[in-house]
Amino acid sequence: MSDVVIETHALTRYFGRHCALDGVSLRVPRGSVFALLGRNGSGKSTLIQILLNLLTPTRGTSSVFGEDSRRLSPATLARVGYAPENHPLPASLKVSDVHAFQRSYYRTWDDALFATVLDHFGLSPAQKIGHLSRGQRAGLAMALVMAPRPELLVMDDPSLGLDPVARRTLLEAMLLTTRQRGTTVFFTSHLLDDVERAADHIAILDRSVLRVSCTMETLRSCVKRFALSVAPDAAAPLLVLPGLLQSRREGPTLLLTIANADEDVLRQLRTASAGQLEEVPLTLEDSVVGYLGDTKHQVSLFDRTRPSAEVA
Amino acid sequence: MSFDLSISPGSASPIFKQIVDQVRLALAAGRLSEGDPLPSVRAMAEKLLVNPNTVAKAYTELAGDGTIETQPGRGVFVGRRRQVYTKAERLRRLKPHVDALVTEGLLLGFSLEELIESVTVKAAELRPKKERVP
Repeated sequence: MSDVVIETHALTRYFGRHCALDGVSLRVPRGSVFALLGRNGSGKSTLIQILLNLLTPTRGTSSVFGEDSRRLSPATLARVGYAPENHPLPASLKVSDVHAFQRSYYRTWDDALFATVLDHFGLSPAQKIGHLSRGQRAGLAMALVMAPRPELLVMDDPSLGLDPVARRTLLEAMLLTTRQRGTTVFFTSHLLDDVERAADHIAILDRSVLRVSCTMETLRSCVKRFALSVAPDAAAPLLVLPGLLQSRREGPTLLLTIANADEDVLRQLRTASAGQLEEVPLTLEDSVVGYLGDTKHQVSLFDRTRPSAEVA
Repeated sequence: MSFDLSISPGSASPIFKQIVDQVRLALAAGRLSEGDPLPSVRAMAEKLLVNPNTVAKAYTELAGDGTIETQPGRGVFVGRRRQVYTKAERLRRLKPHVDALVTEGLLLGFSLEELIESVTVKAAELRPKKERVP
């Protein structure tokens, strides 16, 4: 059996003249909890929809379990659980109705697991979907996607708009799926604390381009931030360093976020800062934001607004 | 065994590193000692609500220097204290901490004697207390 569950090659999609996905090549290993990150509109949902043949690509290919996305067999689709964004569920039906409807489509369906997840989210079968809270709807969507015990779960922003308790419950449910050996979870999220807990692989889409695809560990160890005291007029050569993700000036200090800083880069930094070079601890959020659009050369909003505020 | 871990995402220290550091600290403080069992990778991951691979990575690092041992079929245990590093390597690992302590201490205006005193106090705090005679 192949160790790659999802594979895309130069996947590209245009909506009219707008490029939503630009040459994305990605591999998702079996058994991983894989987080796809990116700002709103960066192409995450488009990618997911192409994987599951809900959209056709303009160019490029994608496959799930080795089968071309455009020709997924029912047998392969049965191995995939998909929870779309915003948990679209029919408001007029009861929980028990969607349960009966959904389970009729699957050869394998774990009723006990379904009941446990429902109960965990404080749901009962008689409840009407229209009356559920956002967190409960997320719980129902999660129960529906988990019950067939799929080998691949694809979840588009499952934690969107959830309160802290529902978020935690959802995180537990997601981690529960990893008990089954070889189950792969591919999900998108903006909640980096939850991503840091749950995920072992990370990909970052920035304005339709894939910038990062690696293990959590690799991302954490390869992206570093340095603080230097450099006069603004002397900083120019540093702003074209290879691997520079972000520069930010805070008063006399220049903060540089750099990926894969090698000896050569470090030497240039040390030279520019007259020997004094401080590495600043970096959180996952700092590393991720470094890759996201329009943040490359920044002056903080506070610094930007200060002069006019003082005038007023 | 009064040993409890708590990890916080969003910190500059990756979660696997937080686990490694807290196990080492518990050992230094005598809250864990040789032969104590640790939860399995799966149990620890569910307790902390983190990916099992993260715990596995922490356990691999802790097993690498003998801090913990996996006994097949029995579980994970705190290993016998043994030095796997040479004296030179241990000194190399100690150096950045000594540098930071001495630099910071002197900058804050403490005398050398006061620094030594604070190290002595801390070591006394951490020393296992169970050998105490009633």
